Amino acid sequence: MPTPTLNEYLFFSGLLFAIGLGGVIIRRNIIVIFMCLEMMLAAASLTLVAFSRFNTVKGLPDYDGQMLVFFVITVAAAEVALGLAIIVSLYRARQTINTDQLTTLKG
Amino acid sequence: MISPIFYIFAAMMIAGGLMVVLLRNPVSSALAMVLSFLGLAGIFTGLNAYLVGILQILVYAGAIMVLFIFIIMLLDLKKEEKIHHNGLVLFIGILLPSVFMLQLAGVLMTEQTSPTAPELNFTETVDDYPEESIIHKKLKTERLPDVHLIGQKLYKDYNFPLQVIAVLLLSATVGCVTLSKKTSNKSSD
Repeated sequence: MPTPTLNEYLFFSGLLFAIGLGGVIIRRNIIVIFMCLEMMLAAASLTLVAFSRFNTVKGLPDYDGQMLVFFVITVAAAEVALGLAIIVSLYRARQTINTDQLTTLKG
Repeated sequence: MISPIFYIFAAMMIAGGLMVVLLRNPVSSALAMVLSFLGLAGIFTGLNAYLVGILQILVYAGAIMVLFIFIIMLLDLKKEEKIHHNGLVLFIGILLPSVFMLQLAGVLMTEQTSPTAPELNFTETVDDYPEESIIHKKLKTERLPDVHLIGQKLYKDYNFPLQVIAVLLLSATVGCVTLSKKTSNKSSD
């Protein structure tokens, strides 16, 4: 049973990234936009892990790539906590999380 | 014929992602996201990245998604009523990812022979570690001591970034507390 090639991993990672990008543009619910951002980060992580596996150093996977994934996950956790705090204060101030109605900065 | 397990996990991941974008109820979106991340964790495991796969489930599907669902319930968000989509936004939102995917497919098509994953060689580095260490013992028995190798890397080569990340998490915590504190000097409305 042959294993998947690098192109397959990169293609699925790109597909997930594209879905996330589409969601960020199309959706208006700010929490769903935030979830789509997380999906784009996860897609980038998949690329990193795939390259780390396909580039072996002394017969073992290149763990530098996985370290970057580790830090990405850490920063994403901090970002989610802060972002949701901002969304809650936004909801308190405006009573909506629909991005169409948040037009304070619109010129 | 590539192993069907990879395609099952990839289909889980992509279907979950599509459901996040297409479902109108935010709670369903969050649960679809969990499905997507489970598929992604399966793919990570197939790439011999066991620790990252488990972290994906524990941190993302476990902690972050619970936080999302908690906030959705806290704000008591209703299902979005049938929204008249702005046609231009919808067009751009479909066009941009499609162009991106076309570019990616074009780049991947130029490569005639895509590399397959190289075989792992456990015996090459086994002498770099002391005789009694777990890494040495596991490499001797042809098993990948994934967590121990990552730990070595993290605390030897990435010691300073780790401490910077710790400061970042601390400042994020302080920021969250500051943001969620009720401003008491506001007039009661």
